[in-house]
Amino acid sequence: MGANHEDHHHAPDGHGRALRLGVGGPVGSGKTALVAALCRTLGPSLSLGVVTNDIYTTEDAEFLRRAGVLDEERILAVETGCCPHTAIRDDIAANLDAVETLEDRFGPLDLVIVESGGDNLTATFSRGLADRQIFVLDVSGGDKVPRKGGPGVTTADLLVVNKTDLAPMVGADLGVMDRDAAAVRGARPVLFTSIRQDPTAATVAAWVSEQVAAWSHAHAAHAS
Amino acid sequence: MDPAVNPAVNPAVNPALLLLADSRLPAGGHAHSGGVEQAVTSGAVHDVPSLAGFLRGRLHTAGTVAAALTAAACACAAGPPPPEPAWGLLDAEVDARTAAPAQREASRTQGRLLLRVARRVWPSPVLEGLARAVPNPHHPIALGAAAHAAGATPEEAAMAAAYHAVGGAATAAVRLLGLDPVAVHGLLAGLAPDLAAVAGAARSGGDWESLPAHSSPALDLLAEQHARADVRLFIS
Repeated sequence: MGANHEDHHHAPDGHGRALRLGVGGPVGSGKTALVAALCRTLGPSLSLGVVTNDIYTTEDAEFLRRAGVLDEERILAVETGCCPHTAIRDDIAANLDAVETLEDRFGPLDLVIVESGGDNLTATFSRGLADRQIFVLDVSGGDKVPRKGGPGVTTADLLVVNKTDLAPMVGADLGVMDRDAAAVRGARPVLFTSIRQDPTAATVAAWVSEQVAAWSHAHAAHAS
Repeated sequence: MDPAVNPAVNPAVNPALLLLADSRLPAGGHAHSGGVEQAVTSGAVHDVPSLAGFLRGRLHTAGTVAAALTAAACACAAGPPPPEPAWGLLDAEVDARTAAPAQREASRTQGRLLLRVARRVWPSPVLEGLARAVPNPHHPIALGAAAHAAGATPEEAAMAAAYHAVGGAATAAVRLLGLDPVAVHGLLAGLAPDLAAVAGAARSGGDWESLPAHSSPALDLLAEQHARADVRLFIS
């Protein structure tokens, strides 16, 4: 980008812009597969953009591009300097820059998904970056993970427990995970998925659609 | 903040300087290694002594140039004359002193992100004017303007720039090589006289054309190699 790139400084109040959805969770839990599923299911009806935060350069972005679920230009990758949690929580500047670049190039958008680099249970998105966040676990990480909690599990707007098809093979009790998650999350929702069995992630996509509708209703552009 | 205050008489540190120099300033700096990642890949930096040489070289080339340009930007922001028509010219002076395209790109990325943060943290007509004139400014331009908006002097801005030139690179080496962080901070402390000298030299000012233009071909090459690397943890 050169010196004449247009000024795309946005007001922080959220009016007139897309819902920003963070997708976080441990390595291998299925974040990228979920993002691909959401693009597949919501792409026909919503204008989307995706920002990935890879641990190693553009691996996840390349996966999404190859999956063909979204125009390549609508997927941007952010490098995180060995610290994926810093880039989504403490210093969100590069991610905000990527989000606003997508909005300027392709806007108005309905939804921008920011996928975190795989991290641990303490990683959450700054409210300055993500308006809503999904935390993705998988059953093969063990059915004790919801009980262990951590900010991702306890505070995410939606907890997704993925790879339910593996539960019998790894001896994970979905009932225990559901009960423990409810205990630490109160009324916040939990959805069980197997993106391998349902590549549309229909239940998660329905939740995201509701969030987008509520956001656009509450944050319509100022009439000015 | 009275810029005329003599630091020898009043040694109080400007708190704005601490904020600007702090690696926790949320302006995207944490993901830039200043060439260290590629230097680690190539083996040039592999332990604390080799990092010491890298940091010293970086400070006395890229750091010295950045400090002088940052001080010039801070002085330009203070005016007179009104800075807005001049921003493009000073920004071009940075371009002229930054040989590697990858370094120009990294500088503009960091400048744009710093300007974004500064406009919210230190709202100022000067920063709005800079954003209008050069939305994607080089980092020294953004840092100098932000320092002025925060109430800092050109010398203080130069100190922040000099520290920026080595602080991020040192942290990147700790992350990439698992070096003893106390030993690495010892290196930074050992550079304190050099930092003071670089910042002090930056205050002399003069015509922009006569600002320092030290080249560092090794850093240029590292930046270009890094931009072409398949596997990369840092942006630069």
